[in-house]
Amino acid sequence: MKLLKVALFSGLMLSMAPSYAADQEEVNLYSARKEQLIKPLLDKFTEQTNIKVNLVTGSADALLKRLSLEGDKSLADLLITTDAGRLYRAKSVDVLQSVDSEVLNKAVPEHLRDPESYWFGLSVRARPIFYVKGKVVPSELSTYEALDDEKWAGRVCIRSSGNIYNQSLVASLIAANGAEKTEAWAEGFVKNFAQPPKGGDRDQIKAAAAGICDIAVANTYYYGGMLTSGDQDQIDAANKVAIFWPNQEDRGTHVNVSGIGMTKAAKNVDQAKQLMEFLVNAESQAWYAEVNSEFPVLEGAKWGDLMKEWGEFKADQLNLSVLGENNADAVKLMDRAGWR
Amino acid sequence: MHNGLIGIRSWWVVLIGLLMALPVLVVLGFVLQPFNQNWQHLYDNLLGEYISNSLILMLGVTVGVLSMGIITAWLTSTCEFPGRRLLSWSLLLPLAIPAYIIAYTYTGVLDFAGPVQSQLREWFGWRYGQYWFPEIRSIGGAVAMLSLVLYPYVYMMARAAFLEQSVSVLEASRTLGNTPFQGFMRVALPLARPAIITGLSLALMETLADYGTVQYFGVTTFTTGIFRTWYGLDDSVSAAQLASLLLSFVAILILLERYSRRKARFHSTSNKEQRGQRYTLKGWPAFWATLSCSLPVIFGFLIPASQLLYWTLTTAQHTFTSDFVVLTTNSVMLAAIAAVVAVCFALLLSYAKRLLGTPMVKGSVAVASMGYAVPGTVIAVGVMLPLAWIDHTIDQWLTEYFGISSGLLLSGTLFALIFAYTVRFLSVSIQAVDAGLGKIKPSMDDAGRSLGLSPFGVLRKIHLPIMKGTVLTALLLVFVDVLKELPATLILRPFNFNTLAVRAYEMASDERLADAGAPSLMIVMAGIIPVILLSKAIAKARPRGAAE
Repeated sequence: MKLLKVALFSGLMLSMAPSYAADQEEVNLYSARKEQLIKPLLDKFTEQTNIKVNLVTGSADALLKRLSLEGDKSLADLLITTDAGRLYRAKSVDVLQSVDSEVLNKAVPEHLRDPESYWFGLSVRARPIFYVKGKVVPSELSTYEALDDEKWAGRVCIRSSGNIYNQSLVASLIAANGAEKTEAWAEGFVKNFAQPPKGGDRDQIKAAAAGICDIAVANTYYYGGMLTSGDQDQIDAANKVAIFWPNQEDRGTHVNVSGIGMTKAAKNVDQAKQLMEFLVNAESQAWYAEVNSEFPVLEGAKWGDLMKEWGEFKADQLNLSVLGENNADAVKLMDRAGWR
Repeated sequence: MHNGLIGIRSWWVVLIGLLMALPVLVVLGFVLQPFNQNWQHLYDNLLGEYISNSLILMLGVTVGVLSMGIITAWLTSTCEFPGRRLLSWSLLLPLAIPAYIIAYTYTGVLDFAGPVQSQLREWFGWRYGQYWFPEIRSIGGAVAMLSLVLYPYVYMMARAAFLEQSVSVLEASRTLGNTPFQGFMRVALPLARPAIITGLSLALMETLADYGTVQYFGVTTFTTGIFRTWYGLDDSVSAAQLASLLLSFVAILILLERYSRRKARFHSTSNKEQRGQRYTLKGWPAFWATLSCSLPVIFGFLIPASQLLYWTLTTAQHTFTSDFVVLTTNSVMLAAIAAVVAVCFALLLSYAKRLLGTPMVKGSVAVASMGYAVPGTVIAVGVMLPLAWIDHTIDQWLTEYFGISSGLLLSGTLFALIFAYTVRFLSVSIQAVDAGLGKIKPSMDDAGRSLGLSPFGVLRKIHLPIMKGTVLTALLLVFVDVLKELPATLILRPFNFNTLAVRAYEMASDERLADAGAPSLMIVMAGIIPVILLSKAIAKARPRGAAE
C-alpha cells in the first residue's frame, strides 16, 4: 500500500499549497465575470498600485455558496457578479458589507447601486429587441409588453427562462405592471415563440438572421461580440438585424449591471476599496465599453465606436435591487406560462 | 488470530468508506429538512416533465451505448477484418471529448445557420420551413451526443469481458450446434452481462449528471431542474431534495440490477483461457464490420475533433497564450493525482468488500459510488459543507486554547479539489476494480492466505498482477474524467488556479465557441495520449493469447 501512502502524502502537501506572500499587498476576488473580461483591468490595477489581485472565477451562485460556507474565514475580499439579482442575494444572505466611498457614490448613479451601499454597478448591460432588417419596420415595434400581440405569432426568438437575463427582464416587468398582468403577458408571449427556447443570446440573433424568426431579444454586448468576432458568418448574421430600443415612451429599455460588493469577511479592506474605486474610473469604464460593448455606469465615460452607432437610449431607472426581490416570482411565473 | 487483525482494519475501511460517502450523505441529508412551498410549484408545473425527459434520455442513451458498444466490442474481439487493430483502440477516443463540447461542435455543424444546412439551402434553393432537417438541439440530439461520447464505457467493459471469456465455453456452444451468432447471443453475451451492465450504469449515471449538454439544447431534465431551483428560485434546500430524488432513482436501478443477478457468479471455473482464432471476415461481411466500427469513431471523434481543430486554427493567435502551458500542466497534474488516489481507494474498498462483506462496508461503498450520478456542482457543495465545518471547528478550537487562528485549512485548496474528484469518480474506479476482482476465484485468496500471505499480501502479490489491466483501465477512466470535469473544479479551486476545462467553459459560456476550440482540443489531446498508451498496456497485461 505504498501507493496509498504516497497518495495521502501528496494530498497533505497539496493542502498546504497556498502560500501567502507576506510583504506584498494583496486583494482576493471572487468573480463571476469571466477571466478574459476582468483580468486585463486587474493587471492594470496591479501595475498602478502594486497590489496583487488573486482571482477565482466561476458562476455567481456557486461563488456565493462558497462564500457563505466559508463564512467569516473566507479569504475573499470582493465579489463580482454579472447581474444585480445575485448581488441582492449576496446582501440578503449576509456575506457583504456596506462600503462608504465618496468616489463610488459619485461615479455610480443611484439606481445602479444598493440603497445601503452593499454593492455597486460596474457596467450596464441592455437587453433590447433585435429585428430583421427588411422584414420588420421599427414602427411595428414599441414595448416589451406589446410582444404578446398575435401579430408576432411564430416570429419571436428568445433563450430559455433558466437564463438570468430573462429572469431579470421578467422581474422588471413585474415591477412595472404587477405579477398578474405579467403572467398574462408571458402566456401570450410564449405563444409567439418561433421555436422552443435553446442556445444562448447569439443563437437567437443567428436564428433571426437565418429566417427562423423576425425578432429576437438579446443583450447588446453579444451583438457587439458578433460584429467584432472576426468570424464572417457571425458578422453577416449580425448585420442582418438592427437594434430597437423598447419602451422609450415610458420607463425605458430594461438594463442590468455587472457589479461588485465587499465581503463581510474582507481582511484587505483598504486594498479592496481601492480596487472598487479603480474599476469605476474613467479609464476602466471606457475599457468595458471598448472590449465588451457594455455601457459605462460613469457619466461621460468614453463609449466604444460600435455603441456610438447604436445611439443613445432611455434606460429603465428602476432600482436594480428590485430585480433580485422579484427573481423567484419571475421564475415561477415563467414556469407556469410554459416558458422553458 | 487473523480475524482480530481484520477486525482492526475493518474499522479503517468503514471510516474511509464513510468519508467517501460523506458528500453524498450530505446531499441526501437535505431530504430530512421540511419540504417548502416551492415543491408544490415544482410538482404542479415541472416534476412530470423532469421525470419523463430524464427517463427518455436514459432510455435513448441505453439503446445508443449498448448497440454501439456491444457490436463494436464483439467484432473487434472475435473477428478479423481490415482496420481492426487501429479501430480497436480508436473506438475509445470519444471518451476524451466532454459531452458539452461535442454538443457545441455538432450545433456549429448541423444548426440551421451552420455550414451543412446553409449549403443544402444554397444547392436546392430551399428556405426556412420548406424542408425537413433533424433538429440537433432537441432531446433526440442530446441522446445522440451523450451516446456518442459514452458508448466507450460499454465498449471497454464488454471487450475486456469478451477477450477474457474462455474459448472452451464458446467451443462447447459450437459443439452443441449453435452458430457463431447463436453462440454470441446464448453464451458470450449472457456471460459478459455484468461487464456490460457496469459500462451501461456508468454511462447512465453520467447521463443523469450531465448539465452542459441538456442545458444548451434546451431540454429540461432533473439536472436542469436542480439548477433552476437553486439558482432561479434561490432555494438550495429544494435543489438538494431534487438531487436526492435523482439519487433514489439511481439506487433503485442499482438494486434492480443486483436483484436480477442474485446468486449468479461469473468467474470461469476453467483455467484454460486460451483464445481461439478470430473469425476472419472477407468481402461484404468484412466491409460491414469495418464500417460499423468506423462510424462511432467518425461521429464520436473525427468530426467533432476536426471542428475543434478548425476553430483552433481560426483563433490561434489570441488563444495560444503563454498561460496555455500552465493550464495544461494543471489539468494533467490534477487528473493524474486524482486518478491514483481514486484507484487506491477503490482497490481498498473493493477488496474490503470482498474480504469482509459486512453491511456497513457494503453500504458505505454503495453510497459513495452514487456520487457519479450527482451533478458536479451538487457534489461540490457536499464536499464544501463538511470541509468548511472542519475548518471552522479547528479554527475555533485553536483560537480558544492557543489564541491562534488557523483560517481555512482545507476549503479552497487543491486538497478539497482532489477529495471532490475522488468522491465523484470513485464509482468509475470501483466499478472497474470490482469487475476485475469478481473474476478472480475466491479459492485464489484462500490459497494465498494458506501459504502465509496477509490480506494485503494477497491483494499485492496475487490480485494486482492478475488484474493489472483492470487497474490501468480504472486509472485511465478517472484520469480522462477529471480532465473533462468542470463544475466541481470551478467552485472549489484555489485562487489564481485554472484548468483547460475552466478556460474552455469561460469562452463557451461567453458564447465565444470558436475561442473555446483551443482549450477543448487540448483536453482531447491530453486525454488521447493516455488512452493510446494504456490501451497498449492493457492489451499487454491481458493473460496469454488475448494480447493484441
